[in-house]
Parts: sequence; structure tokens; C-alpha cells
Amino acid sequence: MNTEILSILLFFVVTAALSYPLGRYIAGVYSGRGGLVDRIFGPIEQVMFRLSGIDPKREMNWQEHLKALLTINMIWFLWAMFVLLNQGWLPWNPDGNPSMTPDLAFNTAISFIVNCNLQHYSGETGASYFSQIFALMFLQFVSAGTGLAAGAVVFNAMRQRTAVQLGNFYDYFLKSCTRILLPISFVAALFLIADGVPMNLAEGKDTIVTLQGDTVQVSRGPVAGFVAIKQAGTNGGGYYGTNSAHPLENPTVWTNLLENFLILLIPMAFVFALGFYLKKQRLAWMIFGVMTAGFLIILGTTVWSELRGNPAIDQLGLAQTSGSMEGKELRFGAGLSALWSISTTATSNGSVNAMHDSFTPLAGGMQMLDMMINSLYGGVGVGFLNFYVFIILATFIGGLMVGRTPELLGKKVEAREMKIAMLVALLHPFLILLGTAIAAFYTAQGHPMAANWLNNPGFHGFSEMLYEFTSASANNGSGFEGLGDNNTFWNISTGLVLILSRYLPIIGPVAIAGLLAEKKYIPESAGTLRPDSATFGTLVFAVIVIIAALSFFPALTLGPIAEFLSL
Amino acid sequence: MLTIMTSHISPAIRLTLLSLVFFSGLYTLAVWGAAQLLPHRGMAERVGYNGQNGYANVGQTFTDDHYFWSRPSAVAYNAAGSGGSNKGPGNPDYLAAVQARVDTFLAHHPGVRREQIPADMVTASGSGLDPHLSPEAAYLQVARVAQVRGLDTGKVAKLVQTHTQQAWLGVFGRPRVNVLLLNIELDQLK
Repeated sequence: MNTEILSILLFFVVTAALSYPLGRYIAGVYSGRGGLVDRIFGPIEQVMFRLSGIDPKREMNWQEHLKALLTINMIWFLWAMFVLLNQGWLPWNPDGNPSMTPDLAFNTAISFIVNCNLQHYSGETGASYFSQIFALMFLQFVSAGTGLAAGAVVFNAMRQRTAVQLGNFYDYFLKSCTRILLPISFVAALFLIADGVPMNLAEGKDTIVTLQGDTVQVSRGPVAGFVAIKQAGTNGGGYYGTNSAHPLENPTVWTNLLENFLILLIPMAFVFALGFYLKKQRLAWMIFGVMTAGFLIILGTTVWSELRGNPAIDQLGLAQTSGSMEGKELRFGAGLSALWSISTTATSNGSVNAMHDSFTPLAGGMQMLDMMINSLYGGVGVGFLNFYVFIILATFIGGLMVGRTPELLGKKVEAREMKIAMLVALLHPFLILLGTAIAAFYTAQGHPMAANWLNNPGFHGFSEMLYEFTSASANNGSGFEGLGDNNTFWNISTGLVLILSRYLPIIGPVAIAGLLAEKKYIPESAGTLRPDSATFGTLVFAVIVIIAALSFFPALTLGPIAEFLSL
Repeated sequence: MLTIMTSHISPAIRLTLLSLVFFSGLYTLAVWGAAQLLPHRGMAERVGYNGQNGYANVGQTFTDDHYFWSRPSAVAYNAAGSGGSNKGPGNPDYLAAVQARVDTFLAHHPGVRREQIPADMVTASGSGLDPHLSPEAAYLQVARVAQVRGLDTGKVAKLVQTHTQQAWLGVFGRPRVNVLLLNIELDQLK
């Protein structure tokens, strides 16, 4: 077998195997289990809660959870805006980078708060060390903690027989940061440093003379700590402009495997955590099975397309034995680049180790499809929330098919829950297609504003716009980076998409789960459609395929599929 | 609603400040402190040449005939920034640029046929700072380098061979040659 394909399979098996025990650990964190971590982090959390005037034992209903979540997110937005708009004169700016323009600061602040990390700036020239650490990396911790906390609320609601009180938001939030994200990031950062990722605090850019005699600069900074949480928290925003393609952000094959592992680790573990938390292992395996089936189909197509290479390069008569290499780093090759691109788009991470704009057409299309589904593992916490919406839809359709009131885990799913689920499910295609349509309109009109948007002509140019709105709405953050996106149109439009596509898909599932938790528990009977069965798994898979295909296939046809057929 | 919202503002502000101290401040200092005990001490892998202290993993421009050339770069290997070409696979301008690189390569390497040129030799990397080249692309340049420097071809080919890194555990990643390290040793070759 081709060693690149073998390496991908080995990687996948090891990652999935290691995510299982982490799932047990995460379930323990939200169940309030003690142990070593409790002794280490318990006192720190107690101090932080006391100084904040928070009683972590005070239970909240689902509405209050959402109010707490939205309030603290608002505070972060104000803080991030302040830092980014003033980084030019604020301390710790050894490279003397200027403050951001208001529209860029808006886009960047929103983007990091919602765990997306679209970056319409480049780290080397667009952010000070202070901004990187005290605005961007800070948000990488807390936005991931927000997603995990929202997931924990839904876990709690699914476990309840009949209840209104669903734990304390601040408790879930802080423990997600201290007990899950922090230890993983800290250990990962040490491995990165040992393999050559910089972690210096004082020095700015280095100036060196190359062997051939040219004078160039090398950008440095507190990179390793940043990269670790960027990957572990499915944030994806790179320290450097080219993210993990940069040889100082991802120097070796080993760091690449570690970073790719971190992309998938918590999203996978969160599914197993549900099984341990509810004591319903079979349900977790059903969900994991559906996600994995989708993931592997998309991954397989991408790897095939990339190893096959670019037909246009073949026509030039070159030796394209190692696959498509434009925009790729040689140490990773086409195989590990394809693996990363699908890991990062499946999980709403958005970091890249190769330039997605230069991938072969089908691979680019698969990256978009990944984000259009947005729940094949998905972002930390929120990936499960998106999948939960698909579960609700499948429950309802399954109920209709057998002619019974649909039930999920002993709770009747009724009109109100269904309306919320449908709104959330349709929001994603609505935002992506509307945004792309508007951008395509301006481009087709030859509007002066759109003159410098596209880096490529034809179908691929359309793909650049489609990808950007897909990435924004999926809170992913990767891009077809040829797109000229640091301007008012893209900063504001994607910023607005980010807000809607982050908070409504959190509010919706938390509301559904909260409403279901309040209902009377109905014991299972012979006619109940069991959600942990293979039948139900197939049904969920079908719902995902139908929604994704019906919503997005026409748009994909205009972009990547047309490009594939024309090459 | 509004009163419940305001009752969350004060705890939210205070928890935000404490989180800044803990996750941005203490975490960063802890990682930096630990870095001092680790290889490279958080200063990246360095390599010395001509009294300079370069970066082993950051590629450099090599266009002179007496050096092994590196891959094309969208940012001319200036690591003050980084960037790929972001050209789509069917973009006519892009394909013309690749064609021009092929012509240049062929002009400097008499005897090399077009179908021997590996794609990585004429395509730009993702970061624009890729330090590596495929062994095939390096071997194609051996005859030119040896001739310009008046060295024995076998000796230069041997140098490429010793600089070829294999896939990790024989499986992960691709065989590759670090062009900077190769050229540094090439300068030492008599």
C-alpha cells in the first residue's frame, strides 16, 4: 500500500483510540468527580470564583445559562476591540505593528470570540505580541471554554428525568478551561518547543544574512503556547500568516502529527464523553459511527484527488509523482496535507498546513462540504450541538415514519422544539448562500469595490467567495486565502455572519434540550425508536446527506465541481 | 430580563480579568519558563554559517548556479512575512508561471528532460519558506553544481544522499532534503 495512505490510517486509529479515555475524563469533569486534577485546579478555581463573586454551586435554568454566556461574551468583545484598535501604542509591541482599522478589528474580535479565527490580517505584520497573547490567545481559551460549557449544559439536560435546573454556567466554563484545555495545551506546547517552535517574549524580528548573501528578517515571538491552544480548542487562528504551513509554527513531521492530533482530539473525545456522562455508551458509538462514516468518505475522496495531482500540471509534462504540490510544504507532502485539510474543516478548527486555495478542485469541494455539514466531530462542544439538531430532525422524521409521537431519551419532541431545530438547520445554508450570492452579484456587475477580490478567474473565483462565507458560517476560519478579504465588505459581512452562526446554533440546541428536560419522562416501550440503534444512525446519516445535498449541491456545482470537470 | 442580564455583568467582568491573568499571563510565563529547560530554549533550531546564526527550518533563496536551488516562493523567502501563491490549479497565469520556471530550469540543466522535473521544483510552497526539496529534485541539480564548482559529481551526489531524510518511522511524511543545510556543507566540500 502507498505509505501516505497507510500513515493516514494509522494516524486516524491512534487518534480515535486516545480520544476515548479523554472522553471518560471529560465526563468526569462535568460530573464533578474529584481526583488529582481537583486537588490541583480546585483551589485556583475557588479563588477565581470568590474574587468574581460567583457561587459555582448555584444552579441555573437554560435561559439563565444563555444570559450568562452572552453577557460574558459581550465583555470579551469590548476588551478585544479595545486592544486591537490600540495595539500600536499599547505595550509589548517589539515589531512596532500598527493598530487595526475599525472594520478589521471588528472582524478579528468577533472571529476569535466565536471560535472561528478568520484572519484578515497576518500575524507577523498585523498583531502586536500583546494582542496575540492578551486578546487573541485569551479568546482561544475562553471561546473554546464557552463551546464546551454549552455542550455540558445539553449533556446535563439530556441526563435529567424532569428538571429545570441544569448546573452552573461559570462552573462548566471555568472547569472546561482549567481542567481540559489548559493541561493539554501546556504539554503540547513543550513538545512544540523541543522541536523548534519559538517561544520568546522580549525579542522582535531577527535580521539575518542568508548563505547566498541576501538580508532577510525572521518573525518570532511567543508562538508555541499560542499554537497549542489554537489546535486544542478548535480555534485555528495561526500566530503566523500562513498558520501551520509556516516552518516555525509547524517545523517537523512530528509536530504536524501532534498538531493534527490536537485538532481532532477534543471533538472526538466529546462524543465519548456524552456516552460516559449519560451512561449510554451505545448512543455515543452510534454518533461516533455516523460522524466517522462521513469523515472517512470525505477524507478518502480528498486524499485520492490530491495524490492524483493537478491534471493541468500533468499536461505540462512534469513528473507529478508526489501529488499536487502547489501551496504545500514538502515535509508534509500531499497526503498529510489532505488529512489536515479535512481534519480542520470537519472540526471547525480552521488552521491549515497547506494553502487550500491551491488544492485540486474536488479536494477544495470536500473541504467546503465538511464545513457545510459542520458536525463531523465539529468544533469543541458546538460540533455536538450541531449534531444534536440533526438528531432532533431524525427523531421527528422517524416518528412520522412509524406514526408515533417522536420521542428522544424519554421526552416527547413536539412542534416548538422542531421549529427551533429547523430554524437552526436552515440558518447555515441561508447565511452561506445569501452571502455568496451578494458577493457574486457585485463581482458579476464589475462593481469597483469587487475589483481586487478574486485571485483566480472562472469557477475557482466563485469558489473563493463560496469558501469564505462557508468558513464564516461554520465558524471555521480557514480560507481560500487568495481572496482579497481585508476590506469593508468582507470584514463587515463575514463579521455579521459569524455572530449569527455562532450564537443561534448555541441558543437553539440549549433551548431544545432545556425544554425537553422540563417535560415529563415517558418510559421506553416496545414501539420506541431507540436512538442508539443502527437504524437510527442510518436515519441521522440520511438526514445529514439530504440537508447538505439539497442545500449546497447547486452552489458546489457552480464552483469546485465545474472546475473539476473543466480541468 | 434586563435585571438578570445586569446581575451577570459584574461577575463577568471580574472573571474576565482573572482569566486574563491566568490564561494569558501565567500560562504564557509557565510555557516560557519551561522552554528554558528544553532543546532550542524557545529560540527555534539554529544553524551557523559565515558568522551568521540562521534558522535551520526556515528556507532561503538559492538562485546562484553554484548552489542547489530551493523551491519557488511567493514571498522570496523573507520570513518577515509568509505566504503561498494561492493560485488555483487551472489558473492560466499560474500555469504560465510554472512553464516559465520549467524553461529556466531546463536552460540551466542541459541534459535534463522535462518529464524528469518533479512538480515540487517548480511549484511554490504554502509558507513561501519551505526549507526542503525532494531528493529527486536535488539529484537533478548535482551535475550543474559539480560542474560550476569543479567538483566530482559522485562526491556531490553522495552529499545529497547523506542529507536525505527519510519518512518518520518509514511511514509519516516524505523523503526530503534540507536545502540550506545541504548548501552549507556544499561550501565546505573541497
